[in-house]
Amino acid sequence: MANNAITLVEAVTQALAYELNADPDTVVLGEDVGVNGGVFRATAGLQQRFGKDRVMDTPLAESMIAGASIGMAAQGLKPIAEIQFMGFIFPAVDQMITHAARMRNRTRGRLTCPMVMRAPFGGGIHAPEHHSESTEALLAHIPGLRVVIPSSPTLAYGLLLAAIRDPDPVIFLEPKRIYRLVKQEVPDNGEALPLDVCFQLREGTDITLVTWGASTHETLKVANTLAKQGVSAEVIDVATIKPLDMNTILQSVEKTGRCVIVHEACRSFGVGAEIAAQIAEKALTSLMAPVKRVTGYDTVMPYFKLEKHYLPSEAQILAGVQEVLEYA
Amino acid sequence: MQREQVASFSISHLRFLDEHGNTTQDLPEFAKDPDTLLYLYRTMSLTRAADAKAVNLQRTGRMGTYPSSLGQEAISVAIGHAMRKEDVFCPYYREQGTMLQRGVKIEDIFNYWGGDERGSNFGDGTSEDFPISVPIASQCLHATGVATAFKLRKQPRVAVVSCGDGATSEGDFYEAINLAGAWNLPVVFVVNNNKWAISVPLSEQTAAQTIAQKAIAAGFDGEQVDGNDVIAMHHTLEQAIENARQGGGPTLIEALTYRMCDHTTADDASRYRPREEVDEHRKKCPLVRLYNYLLNQGLWDKEKENALQAECAEKVQAAVDAYLNTENQPLTSMVDYLYETWPASLADQRDALLQEQQALEEKGEAVHG
Repeated sequence: MANNAITLVEAVTQALAYELNADPDTVVLGEDVGVNGGVFRATAGLQQRFGKDRVMDTPLAESMIAGASIGMAAQGLKPIAEIQFMGFIFPAVDQMITHAARMRNRTRGRLTCPMVMRAPFGGGIHAPEHHSESTEALLAHIPGLRVVIPSSPTLAYGLLLAAIRDPDPVIFLEPKRIYRLVKQEVPDNGEALPLDVCFQLREGTDITLVTWGASTHETLKVANTLAKQGVSAEVIDVATIKPLDMNTILQSVEKTGRCVIVHEACRSFGVGAEIAAQIAEKALTSLMAPVKRVTGYDTVMPYFKLEKHYLPSEAQILAGVQEVLEYA
Repeated sequence: MQREQVASFSISHLRFLDEHGNTTQDLPEFAKDPDTLLYLYRTMSLTRAADAKAVNLQRTGRMGTYPSSLGQEAISVAIGHAMRKEDVFCPYYREQGTMLQRGVKIEDIFNYWGGDERGSNFGDGTSEDFPISVPIASQCLHATGVATAFKLRKQPRVAVVSCGDGATSEGDFYEAINLAGAWNLPVVFVVNNNKWAISVPLSEQTAAQTIAQKAIAAGFDGEQVDGNDVIAMHHTLEQAIENARQGGGPTLIEALTYRMCDHTTADDASRYRPREEVDEHRKKCPLVRLYNYLLNQGLWDKEKENALQAECAEKVQAAVDAYLNTENQPLTSMVDYLYETWPASLADQRDALLQEQQALEEKGEAVHG
């Protein structure tokens, strides 16, 4: 591994710094993002480098962070707001639904809302209550938003740049369990990756594994295990949850005939349900087995003593895959 | 036990014209210019005429639910006159008098309440003002964001936001005034204290003696003004806006008025408030007050009034004609403005709308917008 390899959270910082430097309209705001550099250090050093006007510590009020960002965005700034943990995003969701997601539509394009709302999400770091939820499906249900989740330093850098440059509001959810899990060499070249498309992380022919965020890591490990057993698994990282690139998933399922969807969020009414529904609508005849979901349970995210039993494990993913492979 | 007083505050009330139109004190300089007063009176009259027509359009089935601004014209007209073109307004839904002075056409207002998003793409389409905000108090935060942009770019511009008394119970209101104070933002908050939030009277809305004092908690000045006295309103607004423009920070203006009408055309206020209360406030009408003052000053007469009413009726009728002749939007307009580009993965949904449109056209039921 190269010496200048960076983690996912460092890739976020690198993307923020790149765009703050390249585009004078960008501003970063949120709780503790300034001097402290964010509780996860995602904004480390940015206020020192770009000043208090561009990297703003806000009062502690999430609806305000969203609402003020909408006002700034309507004036042509590109606010990049941090919500400290996804568990605290709900007051801000009000403004995102009632205004950010519909400002362009209700003014027929006169006012727009090019903003990004970043939030660390998901379980697995033994955090306090309300710090470990995965409610991306709730956000993905809102017309007018984009919901983007990176699964690696490379994707975090390229997708965050794309999110900031997108002319519409983007919710950018960072899987904090893998903030520092792996390092990759991520050239600071300012090159964005495309939104609205899935990324194929591994090519295969026997089964399609669809996932996103931190679960990509367990899923890739399962794919390795399967390879040793002579099963060729294709792994797709959805990356942009909304709008959902079903074409990539459908092409894969048409090839493999089998699909397992893995997500950390609870199962019912989740993003996995939407993917399964679309497979049923558009590729039913390609299926050799019912689509299987391996997910969190339909309960409150347990406090950390039990969280590892909530998160989909490699064993559970593998069991799901075996079930689908053995169906017929 | 000794306790040291560490802070003390007071709230003042401003009025120049009493309900009969008599001056209660020397008028500010701007009010000595007859043209300004006549302009304010004419604009208030046009606002009321357009408002009455909007209610009529709804009652006759030609428009949707509409919130009248009857009785609150002095506030909104004063806001519109005190703001500069380059300032930005974030209105609640009873500020027709401001909007009409800021490039919004009467037919835009009819279109909006007639169920057409184009009503919020008002005027010539270049306005930076926000559309009417329906979720109560949410617009207060937008104004702080707009003001933050002005401050960062060192532009001498001001954001003005209005809301009702009920809105001051919302978290967004408090979050907005708190940020405005903490960041010393160029923003002016105008609360239309019309005493009623649908059926809930002010006495049940808050235990605070004034709404103006809520600004104190946010660290800036709150002032109470007779909201039916357009001279007091304009004077206070002009000072607050200029102060914000000079870097002096935010002001909260509590404008005391009364909702002379139902909450909206879908409401029946007789179910929850006594007629006598409404009749009592009718005597305090902002238009009658200024009319009487102008009459006493020899600046106005019955003939001029008749001519003005005829002129307003003509403008409003032209707007009605424009509104009723507005072409339909194509069905795809419901998706075409959601994102800058409709996502490729959702193309089938747009196609479905195109087919629906085609079917309507074949039946001769659709008009292209």
